[in-house]
Amino acid sequence: MVILFYYRILKKSTLTLIIRIDFYVTKLYIMSVAFIFGRRLYLKKHKDRFLNNNQLQLYSLCAIPIIQVFIFSYLPMFGVIMAFKDYRFDKGILGSEWVGLRNFTYFFTSNDFWVITRNTLFLNGIFILFGTISSLILAIALFEVIKKVNIKIYQTIMITPHFLSWVVVGYMAYALLNPEFGMINTMLKNMNMGTVPWYTKPNVWPIILSIASVWKGFGMDSVIYYACLMGIDETLFEAARIDGASRFQIIKKIIIPSLIPLITILIILKIGNIFRADFGLFYQLTRDVGELYSTTDVIDTYIFRTMRVIGDMSLSSAVGLLQAVVGFVLVLTTNYISGKIDPDNTLL
Amino acid sequence: MKKRKQILLNIALAILCIIVIFPFILVLAISLSNENDIINSGYKIIPMHLDFSSYIYVFRNPKAILDAYKVTFIFSTIAMASSVFLMAMIAYPLSRKTLKGRRTISLYLYFTMLFSGGLVPTYILFTEYLNLADSIWVYILPSLVSPWYVFIMRTFFADIPESIIESAYIDGASEYKIFFKFIIPLSKPVIATVALFVFLIKWNDWYTSMLYINKESLISLQYLLQRIMLNITMLQRSTEMGMGQMVNIADIPTETVRMAMAVVVAGPALLVFPFFQKYFVQGLTVGSVKG
Repeated sequence: MVILFYYRILKKSTLTLIIRIDFYVTKLYIMSVAFIFGRRLYLKKHKDRFLNNNQLQLYSLCAIPIIQVFIFSYLPMFGVIMAFKDYRFDKGILGSEWVGLRNFTYFFTSNDFWVITRNTLFLNGIFILFGTISSLILAIALFEVIKKVNIKIYQTIMITPHFLSWVVVGYMAYALLNPEFGMINTMLKNMNMGTVPWYTKPNVWPIILSIASVWKGFGMDSVIYYACLMGIDETLFEAARIDGASRFQIIKKIIIPSLIPLITILIILKIGNIFRADFGLFYQLTRDVGELYSTTDVIDTYIFRTMRVIGDMSLSSAVGLLQAVVGFVLVLTTNYISGKIDPDNTLL
Repeated sequence: MKKRKQILLNIALAILCIIVIFPFILVLAISLSNENDIINSGYKIIPMHLDFSSYIYVFRNPKAILDAYKVTFIFSTIAMASSVFLMAMIAYPLSRKTLKGRRTISLYLYFTMLFSGGLVPTYILFTEYLNLADSIWVYILPSLVSPWYVFIMRTFFADIPESIIESAYIDGASEYKIFFKFIIPLSKPVIATVALFVFLIKWNDWYTSMLYINKESLISLQYLLQRIMLNITMLQRSTEMGMGQMVNIADIPTETVRMAMAVVVAGPALLVFPFFQKYFVQGLTVGSVKG
């Protein structure tokens, strides 16, 4: 009885399978025939066979990447419609009720809006500031060193933090800031100065986050500035030396002016991305501790938390859409400005 | 005078290097300490007693770590190879000035750098429509084509002399043959650079695991580390997998073992990546400094 049952299922499914395969094969066959004939007609019309053959093959190379980009980058864009709906899981995207701008007004009138916008802009701003200054100083300092071997060693060491994930950096921060055993608190204890509960004190975290951001990035960033410095014309230095300029004057008059275009471009580009936070930094380092949200919660962590922890999909997608739109306008603007300053350095 | 300045400069840079390296050493030191010493007197930069018990503990029950290493290595290499290949496939036609519709395709690609659907639509697409949750493909498929690296590759391909392509064409080669037999061998530097960048990003990926993976056997290396840090019962569970019985948390040397895990996870990567420093530097400079 059971065997008969299974046999029926098997027969039915193979039948549907065969039908399906047959259907697809026919479809493929029709499509390829249409393609071949269509191409013949097309080529007859456009006599320049050289160019056409060329183009089709190039297009076919592009085809798969274009499809991949469509599926994984463009399809989600259609999902922004969720920001205007009251998403219910059982109703799906299309079935959920349309609420217009209600999610947005809710967000703008909430306390969170000010907190995360302020945090995102402020923290990203000081990251840009301290990051640029520190990597500049490092690049110039490395440039002044004469022994090549030393430069290599310093650079290799300085860029190692770049290769870590924020998870590992979170561990390192934990090793330092752990309220019971952390190295800083242990030292304070030994000096009878009393321990500090780092993970529940929001006020110090902008500093901690800045230190972490600089520590992780300034080595790699200095490489870019250093490369620019290496490209400065040797004759400029020769002339300055002949004219008797001190090293400090050389820095002021030759090095810094040569770097200013690059610095300007990079800063402008970073400002373009000021609304997008490095999620790893803000999530791993703070260990997602609630008391720290007032100074460490940024747009990206808010979006994540609203989606995963609170479960309000519509609000999360509304904030996501806001971030995407503002970021879009900002990137276009800053790209435009940087293009005006130096036509070479635009991405678009 | 000059010599003294050099000495001072070198000392300053050396001190800076030590400060930069300090957290690494701290984690290493904690992992090599005795658990009781830690409980009594906190983390120290030089352990009071050298104690390998945390490492013995980690390696006695390595299943979680080995699984994570295996999974991470598999998806990192697959992602690296296929990503570089696909990106070259779109970068090359975009570098050919004779391509009609080149502007459109470029715009189509780079627009995704400016605007994205956001977390929620992406999450719903991946989990409900594409069924990528709890599958290794969620690590590989989504970020296969990254416009930034396509841009870098395109710049490089554009620098390849037209004459090579034209002479190959006159000899009757199809575009595919030109691509595979000429362009790719000539582009080894940029391919190596992009491959390394992609590999590094994938290797350090924990976000994907956090969002889409529930199966223990498919979590990535960094996410394993994150779980152990945030949730001490994760540590207990990973030991259960090895020992097949409940283990009392008090028996696990938690602090030192956590740091030992961090060393085991991050160590190999740190020893390998600096060797490829040259390629990273190359990639950065190509992307930001023109000519």
